[in-house]
Amino acid sequence: MAFTDPNSSRSVRPLIEVKDVTVGYGDRVILKDVHVTLPRGKVMALIGSSGGGKTTLLRLLTRQLRPRSGQVLFDGQDLAPMDQTRLYAQRRRMGMLFQFGALFTDLSVFENVAFPLREHTRLPEAMIRDLVLMKLNAVGLRGARDLMPNEVSGGMARRVALARAIALDPDLVLYDEPFAGLDPISLGVTARLIRDLNDALGLTSVIVSHDIHETFGIADHVVMVANGGVVAQGTPDELRHSSDPLVHQFVNAQSDGPVRFHQPAKPVREDFGLPQEASA
Amino acid sequence: MIGFATAIGRGLRLKLGDWGWSARLLGTLLMHLGACLRRFSLVREQIFFLGNRSLSIIGVSGLFVGFVLALQGYYTLQRYGSAEAVGLLVALSLVRELGPVVAALLFAGRAGTSLTAEIGLMKAGEQLSAMEMMAVDPVQRVLAPRFWAGFIAMPLLAAVFSAVGIIGGWLVAVPLIGIDAGSFWSQMQGGVDVFKDVGNGFVKSVVFGVTVSFVALLQGYACKPTPEGVSQATTRTVVLSSLAVLGLDFILTAMMFSI
Repeated sequence: MAFTDPNSSRSVRPLIEVKDVTVGYGDRVILKDVHVTLPRGKVMALIGSSGGGKTTLLRLLTRQLRPRSGQVLFDGQDLAPMDQTRLYAQRRRMGMLFQFGALFTDLSVFENVAFPLREHTRLPEAMIRDLVLMKLNAVGLRGARDLMPNEVSGGMARRVALARAIALDPDLVLYDEPFAGLDPISLGVTARLIRDLNDALGLTSVIVSHDIHETFGIADHVVMVANGGVVAQGTPDELRHSSDPLVHQFVNAQSDGPVRFHQPAKPVREDFGLPQEASA
Repeated sequence: MIGFATAIGRGLRLKLGDWGWSARLLGTLLMHLGACLRRFSLVREQIFFLGNRSLSIIGVSGLFVGFVLALQGYYTLQRYGSAEAVGLLVALSLVRELGPVVAALLFAGRAGTSLTAEIGLMKAGEQLSAMEMMAVDPVQRVLAPRFWAGFIAMPLLAAVFSAVGIIGGWLVAVPLIGIDAGSFWSQMQGGVDVFKDVGNGFVKSVVFGVTVSFVALLQGYACKPTPEGVSQATTRTVVLSSLAVLGLDFILTAMMFSI
């Protein structure tokens, strides 16, 4: 008799599957027929120009948005039809780092990290203290536990938020522009932390970022979103050497290309009221 | 013409949607009473922020309203030889009407605006979204304790307002004008009914507490997450809750006289 491991399908199953999803706001379609898969333990980067739909895709993964059609599966379960109780049960397995940290301004660094533990567990105070200090130590801020959010720098706030995001040992961590506005040292520290925590804690990570250099340095898989869909995906090296003009323009930060530098406008002569050139 | 009708229809549909959403939020806040009682420390904290920190403005305003009531009351009553009834007049005016209404208006200006700004800024700073992402319901964790704190704090503040106002009335009537202290207190004791007068004032202050807290929380929760959006929501809190308090006061007074 053959015995099958009931967990085997779980371990091979991708943590996230976005299947033929179309989403939009009002009459506007932002993403159409998007298909993305994220295996466990990997770091996936979502890149693309501003307004291209990266954050929309991120919000779909956490069901802050519902798709108009298609499915977003988290560990094999469709998030869209879930009621609040079931959705919150799934969200306990996710951590999210917001662009500017979104720390609770009336709570200290320690209390910010302790917040999810206090809300979801009945652990004794001594254990909460130890767990919080471990998480803060992982991001290098054990010494900042008593500071208030207005007393820490932008980079430190991002690291506190990261400690808070991993407080409940999630399966998936999502990062919304984690490098925005950071100085080079904080930027390097944050990038290294994302990769190290992903590997050390066995997480799966999704990063939305514009910072090609840092993102390509830590990502296993890159998805480029533009023009309402996924235009390219692959390893960082594959995208670096892509022959697609849009990918080439974005990865090499060129000002003109398929994404035009100038917005469509009337001819310059007409706009400035100059006489038209005589046609030959 | 068709375009005009479409615009009216769309506007009406949006407005109805907003009202439905507001009613659902009120229902949810009321439903979270059990959760708030289980974690009463969250409510207690908010009673301190909303109640204790409004005490100074409530006390000072009550004192001056009491001064003025005693002066105006004495001026009118002495024409009819009933100057001793000034204590009764001050007490009835405060307990039945001015205590709940003026305290609610001050509560809207002091605590209501701070509630709206706090919730609006939490929304703008993505703190409410962060809470949702941590599987913590912001309505239950943030809004409901503030709502029930307003429900508890408002009658207490109205009582403080009335009590301080009566002391103010006594200061003007007895030491300043020279009305007999015994007449001042005995007329008040004989003329104020605990259930009809104090009870009516209590019911009003509870209704106003619920109204002001709900308007303030709704405006903060529904505001645009921008500095301009928060500022507009704060202004709307004062305007809407003041109008609601005055309108409800008329309805409640009419109902109470008809009982």
